[in-house]
Amino acid sequence: MIYEASPLAVTIFMVFVGATLALSFYLGARAKSASGFFAAGGQIHWFINGIAFAGDYLSAASFLGICGMIAFYGYDGFLYSIGYLAGWVVALFVIAEPLKRLGRYTFADALDSQFNSKGIKLSAAISTLVVSIFYLIPQMVGAGALVKPLLGFSHATGVLLVGTVVTLIVVTAGMVSTTYVQFIKGSLLVTFSAVLTVMILNRGFEVPAGPEQARRIGPTPIGQPLPGGAPLASVPDEPGWEGRPYVRFRDTQTGELRVWRKAGEGQDPALGWEAQTVTLRDGKKFINGLPQERTPRWDLEPMGHVSRLPSGEMQTGELGPFEFLSTLQQSEVVVWEKDSATVKEPDGGVTTVYFPRPTTGKEILRPGNLPSFKGIRSDKVGDKLNFLSLMLALFGGTASLPHILIRYYTVKDQASARKSTIVGIASIGFFYVLTLFIGLGAMTSGGLDFTNSNMAAPLLARSFSEWLFAAISAIAFTTVLGTVSGLIIAASGAVAHDLLSSFLRLEMTDHVKVRCAKIASVVVGLIAIALGIVFENMNVAHLVGWAFGIAASANLPSLIMLLFWKGTTKQGIAASVTVGMLSALAWILLSADMYKDIYGWPAASSPVPFSQPGIVTIPLGFVVLVVVSLLTKKKTPA
Amino acid sequence: MSHFDHAPAEQEPYDEADARRRARLGLILFAVYFVLYAGFMLLNVFAPQEMERTPLAGINLAILYGFGLIVAALLLAFVYAWLCRKPTGGQP
Repeated sequence: MIYEASPLAVTIFMVFVGATLALSFYLGARAKSASGFFAAGGQIHWFINGIAFAGDYLSAASFLGICGMIAFYGYDGFLYSIGYLAGWVVALFVIAEPLKRLGRYTFADALDSQFNSKGIKLSAAISTLVVSIFYLIPQMVGAGALVKPLLGFSHATGVLLVGTVVTLIVVTAGMVSTTYVQFIKGSLLVTFSAVLTVMILNRGFEVPAGPEQARRIGPTPIGQPLPGGAPLASVPDEPGWEGRPYVRFRDTQTGELRVWRKAGEGQDPALGWEAQTVTLRDGKKFINGLPQERTPRWDLEPMGHVSRLPSGEMQTGELGPFEFLSTLQQSEVVVWEKDSATVKEPDGGVTTVYFPRPTTGKEILRPGNLPSFKGIRSDKVGDKLNFLSLMLALFGGTASLPHILIRYYTVKDQASARKSTIVGIASIGFFYVLTLFIGLGAMTSGGLDFTNSNMAAPLLARSFSEWLFAAISAIAFTTVLGTVSGLIIAASGAVAHDLLSSFLRLEMTDHVKVRCAKIASVVVGLIAIALGIVFENMNVAHLVGWAFGIAASANLPSLIMLLFWKGTTKQGIAASVTVGMLSALAWILLSADMYKDIYGWPAASSPVPFSQPGIVTIPLGFVVLVVVSLLTKKKTPA
Repeated sequence: MSHFDHAPAEQEPYDEADARRRARLGLILFAVYFVLYAGFMLLNVFAPQEMERTPLAGINLAILYGFGLIVAALLLAFVYAWLCRKPTGGQP
C-alpha cells in the first residue's frame, strides 16, 4: 500500500489533534478536584453524555476492526456490530440506574456500597486495571495502524505518539475534557461515516475493464506480459515451490517476479489467477521479487474488485441501501487470501503468497467465513462454542467495561443515566448499520490493502479523495485518543481511589488523590504503549472480543447478583470478581490465537479447546458467587 | 463551564417503589431482547443455511435479522424511556 505522508492529511490530522489538546488544556484549568477529575463533577448533560458514550464505545475496534473484518471476510464482521450493540440493552435495562444510585467515582464504589469490604475494593480495582489494559491494547494497535499511512511513521512510532498525546490529555483535565472531546468525536465519526456510506451508494459497483484492469480480477493467460511490457522468462521450480499450485515468471526488463496460481480441476489449464508475494530475506523485504524500495508503491498492489455483476453489466450506477445489498448478493467479488503455507526459498528467504479467490456474493454475505467462525458450519457442537462464547461476551461485556461504567457518574441523576444510554444506543446503533456498507464498500473499492485489515475504512475513504481519507483518519485517530483517555481515567481511578484511598486507607487530600491518579495515568500509558507494539499484527476487533470476555467474566456476575439476589455476600463478590477475571485471563493466554500470533508456537499445542472464554468463565463467575455466598452467609448476615 | 469543579451531584431522593417498578420493567424488556438475540445466535450456529435464504427484497436472513436486532434495541429503549416517564406517585 502507498504509505507515504500526504501534506494535506498531515495538516488536517494536526488540526484535529491540536484542537483536542487545546480543549483539554482549556477544560483542565477548570477541574482540579477528585470529583472533577474522575466524574466531571456529575454535571454533564445527558445528551452530551449519550454522544460521549458513542465516542467512548466507537473506538478503533468498532471503526477499524469491524470494517476491516467485513472488508476481508464479509458478513462475519457485522456479527461483532450486532453483539456490541446488544450489550447496551444490558447496560440500559439492568445496570444503568442502580449503578448511578450506588456508586460515586468507580465501579468498585458500586460493588462495595453495601459492604465496605477491603476484599471487594481490591478485587474490583485489579479487575478494572486488567480489563482497562486489555481494552487499551487494541486501541493502541489501531492508532499505530492509522498513523502508518497517514504520517508515514512506523507502527511503534505511531503507538508512542498516541500514548504520549493521550497521557497528556488525561493528566491535564481528566473526565471533563475526555467527555467533551468524545462528544465532538462521536458526532464527527457518525456523521462522516454516514457521508462515506452515501458516497459508497452513489458510486455503486463496477467491474474493472481493459487489459490492465482485467489482471485484477482474472483469470488471465499464465505468463502473459503486461500490455506494452517486456516479455516474461519462466522461472524453474526450486525446492520450496515444487508441488505448489504456482507458476513463476520474471519480467526481463524490470526483474519483477510474477506468479500465477493455477486454475482448479475442470478449468482451462492455460489460465490462472495472478498472485502477489512478500519475501523476507536477511531482514530485508522483497515485494514480488524486488527490494521494497525499488517497487512503485513500497508494498503490494491494492486490490478488491467486483468481478461479475448480476446481469453481466459492467457498472450499476447509484444504488439504494437495500439494492446495494441485494446486488452484491447476486454478484461475484475477488477476495484475496494469504496462503497459510509459506515458501522456504533455497537462499534462506521466506515467501508469503497472497492469491485472489473469486467468491460469490451469497457466500460473502453469509455467516461462517471468518477463520475463527468457521466452526459455525462444523457438525461438532464443540466447534460452535467459540462463536457462542464470543457473542455471549459481547452481550455481557459492554455493561461491565470500566470506562463505560464510570460515565454513569458524570450525569446528575438516574433519569439522566437512562436518557444518556438511550442517546448512546441510537447513535451507536446507527453507526453499526453503516459499518456493513463501509466494510462491503471497502471490499469492492479497489483500494484494499489485503495485508492489513485494520486499514480498510481509511483506505476506502482514500479511494474517493485524499481529503476524505485525511478527515476519516484524523477522526478515527482522535476517537482512539478519546477511548484511550477514558480507559486511562478508569485505570487511574482504580489505583488512586480504590487501591490507595479505599483499600490501603491512605489519608489523602483531594489534590494528592488527583496527583496519584495522574502518576497512575502515566504508568498505565507506558504499559499500553509497550503492549500496543507487541500486538501489532492482530485484528483489533478480535482483541476487543477478549477484553469483553474478561470484563463480562470478572464484573457481570457480581453486578447482576448484587442487584438481584439478597443472599450475595462480600466474600461472594470478591471471589467471583477474582475467579472470573483470572479464569478468563488464563484461558486467553493459553488460547491457540495467542500461541500462534504472539508466542510463535504451534496453535495445535494450545490446551484450551476454543479461543473465547466467556461461555465457560461467565457462568463460572456466577457459580463461584453463589457457592461462596452460601458458604459465608452466616458469618455476614445481610 | 465553571461548574466542573463542583462536588459530586447531590444524592437524588430515592423512591424505592419506583426504582423497583423500573427494575422490573427493565428485566421484562431485557428478557424480550434476550430471546431475540438468543434466537439469532442459535440460528447462526445450528441452522446456518437458513441465514442464506433471501425472504425479502433479495436480502438474506442474516442481514435482515441483524438489522432487526439493532432496530429492536432502539425500539425497546424508547419503550422503556416512555414507560419510565409516566407519573408514578402512589403506585406500588
